Amino acid sequence: MIKDNFGIRKSDIINRRMFIIGAAKLIIFGGIIARLFSLQINDNKKYLTLSDKNRIREWKLPPTRGNIVDYFGNIIAGNLKIYQLHVIPEQVENFNYLISRLKVILQLSNTRVERIKKKKTQLKPWESLIISENLSWDEFSKINNYLYELAGVKPVMTISRDYPFNDIYTHVLGYVSQPNEDDILANEIIQEKFVPGIKVGKLGLEKTLENDLIGINDIQRYEVNAYGKRINQLEYQKGKQGSKIRITLDTEVQKLSAELMKGMAGSISVMDIYTGEIIAMYSSPSYNPNSFLFGISEDEWQLIRNNPLKPLINKTLSGLYSPGSTLKPIVALSALENGIMDTNFKVQCKGKMELHGQTFHCWKEKGHGWMSLNNAMKQSCDTYFYEIARKLGVDKLKVTADKFGLGKKVLGEYFENEKAGQFPDTRWKINEIGKGWVLGETLITGIGQGYTQTTPIQLCLMTAQIANGGYKIKPKILTDDNQLTSEQVKKAMKDNNLYNSHIPLFNDQKNIKIIQEAMFSSTNELRGTSYKSRIDDPKYQFAGKTGTAQVKRISKRERELDLKIFQIPYEERDHALYIAFGPYKNPRYALSIIVEHGGSGSSAAAPMATKLFKLIVDRHQYRKKLPDYKEFNI
Amino acid sequence: MFQHTRLNSDQNFFQKVKNLDYILLLSILILSTLSLFVMYSTDGGELLYHTKSHFIKLSVFFALMLLISFFNIKFWHLSSYFLYGIIILLLIWVSIYGIKVSGSQRWMNLYFLALQPSELMKIGIILCLAKYYHRVSVEKVNSFNSIFFALTIILIPIILVVSQPDLGTSILIASSGLIILWLGGVKIKYFFFSFITFLISLPFIISNLQPYQKLRILTFLDPDRDPLGAGYQIIQSKIAIGSGGFSGKGFLQGTQSYLDFLPEKHTDFIFTLFSEEFGFIGSIGLLLLYLIIIIRIIRIGVISRSSFAKLFCFGFAFSIFIYITVNLSMVLGLLPIVGSPLPIMSYGGSSMLATMIGFGIVLSAKVHSKQAIA
Repeated sequence: MIKDNFGIRKSDIINRRMFIIGAAKLIIFGGIIARLFSLQINDNKKYLTLSDKNRIREWKLPPTRGNIVDYFGNIIAGNLKIYQLHVIPEQVENFNYLISRLKVILQLSNTRVERIKKKKTQLKPWESLIISENLSWDEFSKINNYLYELAGVKPVMTISRDYPFNDIYTHVLGYVSQPNEDDILANEIIQEKFVPGIKVGKLGLEKTLENDLIGINDIQRYEVNAYGKRINQLEYQKGKQGSKIRITLDTEVQKLSAELMKGMAGSISVMDIYTGEIIAMYSSPSYNPNSFLFGISEDEWQLIRNNPLKPLINKTLSGLYSPGSTLKPIVALSALENGIMDTNFKVQCKGKMELHGQTFHCWKEKGHGWMSLNNAMKQSCDTYFYEIARKLGVDKLKVTADKFGLGKKVLGEYFENEKAGQFPDTRWKINEIGKGWVLGETLITGIGQGYTQTTPIQLCLMTAQIANGGYKIKPKILTDDNQLTSEQVKKAMKDNNLYNSHIPLFNDQKNIKIIQEAMFSSTNELRGTSYKSRIDDPKYQFAGKTGTAQVKRISKRERELDLKIFQIPYEERDHALYIAFGPYKNPRYALSIIVEHGGSGSSAAAPMATKLFKLIVDRHQYRKKLPDYKEFNI
Repeated sequence: MFQHTRLNSDQNFFQKVKNLDYILLLSILILSTLSLFVMYSTDGGELLYHTKSHFIKLSVFFALMLLISFFNIKFWHLSSYFLYGIIILLLIWVSIYGIKVSGSQRWMNLYFLALQPSELMKIGIILCLAKYYHRVSVEKVNSFNSIFFALTIILIPIILVVSQPDLGTSILIASSGLIILWLGGVKIKYFFFSFITFLISLPFIISNLQPYQKLRILTFLDPDRDPLGAGYQIIQSKIAIGSGGFSGKGFLQGTQSYLDFLPEKHTDFIFTLFSEEFGFIGSIGLLLLYLIIIIRIIRIGVISRSSFAKLFCFGFAFSIFIYITVNLSMVLGLLPIVGSPLPIMSYGGSSMLATMIGFGIVLSAKVHSKQAIA
């Protein structure tokens, strides 16, 4: 019985202690339920969002770039469907075998195969490995024949930039390629839209107008698992192609310019003298922008880089040349404007001029005799211009040169690599060189040599402003109907129309007329320097001025030898220049032509103008016929 | 006056069947069925390995449970020390020949099952101590010898399990053991002083922890410390549960688990998946089911005549409660991550085997509730 008593007491203890525990259990369960409530009911939204963030991932696809069209709407930078070859390593049974098969089918080089293998190690097995960025049609159809035996190989159609006119627009448009770190850091919009495989503008308008051209990415929303593998597509959000850009250039004129410049280094620019529209802007030699799309091969790059004619330099905007005699219209105009002389003023040319013991030669050794303004322009007499420059002084000359745009950027808003060049005056020399101005330098400046450095586009603008009667114009490369977002470009486009044909650059318009007439004589009268290149048909008739810019000082001995052009080393030959406007009766277009080391302006540059004006004038009627900007469907 | 010591009771088979606790059995069946559905979901909605294996284990162990329940509770009383000794031997065997998985040596390969003796010890310790406190007289409970003996019984398996190393299981074994001491009548002040001593020695314990164990505690205190590393499990688990909301994402719709964001979703984090798919309502339902099971076990303890049966039932009810609490607190981010399965729900043979054996003995206590044990 004793045992039983103990037993009862023991079970009392057990039961009592059990109920204490039981109460504790209920409290703890209550705590767990409270926690569940707080997570699932109170913070449900927060955790739902986190869960979606976990499982939904967006994939941006490269956006489609906007097209760039010429004045007539021809696509000059478009998009092309291309075929790429992707391999998804996960789906491949034997990768090395597959690669060796592809190597045979596509004739891949060993280094290429090595690169692909290396890239594979950096990717997750379900990420596609790009074997070829641009399959030719032959390769594509070949692959398709073998596709049944190549598991994991996926031919993919995608869109790539395409420049249908190859090299003729390169210096205007630039090109696109894969962005490097600097490109991405410098542009927030590229940062935002960046995806592997995107191409961005590297140069020219492609770069300047990047933000408008780039477009909006397509977005794929996928459900992914914890390892980032796509499980299924939830949504496909269509992006938008970049804005279409219309430029003022005429492909026909551009093509002719390229043809004329073939094999030579130099530049041709053509401009509408009233609107400032650039009709052609070609820097020679050029290079094919399509080569850069998928990364240029080392060989091709070296070929371009080491070409002595320097295709990478946009000579129209960044080539600095002494204007030579093409500056003479401005010197003469400045003299007239400043009342230094009038049309009756005459200078006797004896082939050279002495000043403070220094001899200044005219290009014609025997001298031109007594020269009036008209004759001096026509025959490009240096002595005459030495004399009026001496009387005028460089500081007054600079005022006129400045007005006409020399030494200032012309299209700097669009082309960051444009150079301003310079037009010197006395203050400039003290500031830049630290020495006082010497009168002899004024004489040299008067014939466009010396410190003066101009770009072909500046000479073209100068000619256009003489041709339009002496009114300021702001050259433009984009038509007014472009809808662009960049503030810099919008301002530039606004400026175009603000200035054009409103601000006179002369004191007396008569003086402009005199210069125009002198340029007419230079081309269309006997003994004019470009007489041989004239067109008699008034429809095409133009007025111009030749220029021959010395690359180095001519020594006395060379002067005596009077070498023929082919006897001089290429780098030492003179640059040939020509500026012109036409048709003379009712001018509309101005041009400038520069042939580097081409010899004399009259033989190398002026004949090109003949062909150009024929085309430009013929094209004018088509240009005029185009519907109003607003109706032109961009 | 005279007590029978026969092992077979005077009940025949049908009487025994009649005396089973059907509410408890039904609850266990519902829980088992539920666990199969959840396992099916962890397999991504397909009848794959985990689901099949879980089903087979459930069937076998459920049958084993019924078998155990037909043995007289006296048998279990008689063999308690023996079973404890066997499990200790298994633990020693494992520490020498066991299979090593990710740094800890816990398993023995039985070909049809990777047996984890430490899981069996959760039941073994209750059996052993229940027998001990059944036998020791109330006066002697608080004697030095008695407490020393009880603590030794607890400490031997603890040392073996900690050295595997498996801190989580050893804590669960210790708490199962200590609760029997509590129920047996060890003075409250001893518990109180031990607790104070524990708090004081905590810094020393922590400094002796394995680096990964320290990391777990640090991660528990601030899961965002290393969101892709150590904190990943807690963060993802909370996201899964929280995103389940009131009614859950629906069966087979749990994106967190389906897309592999959940770690160990078959085993320790099975509740996370359940809660993501069935929401607050489902979780409360599951808790209620567990609560019913616990209450039924306690009830059996209350109606049992022998102290051994009482101690076992209460101790087992408590350890079930502790497993649930530790597991849920862990996945809810209330406790650091210690490997601890959710009874029946989690995939894993040893844990289920131990739980089913426990249920079996509890049912045996029910069937033989009138049975007194000398």
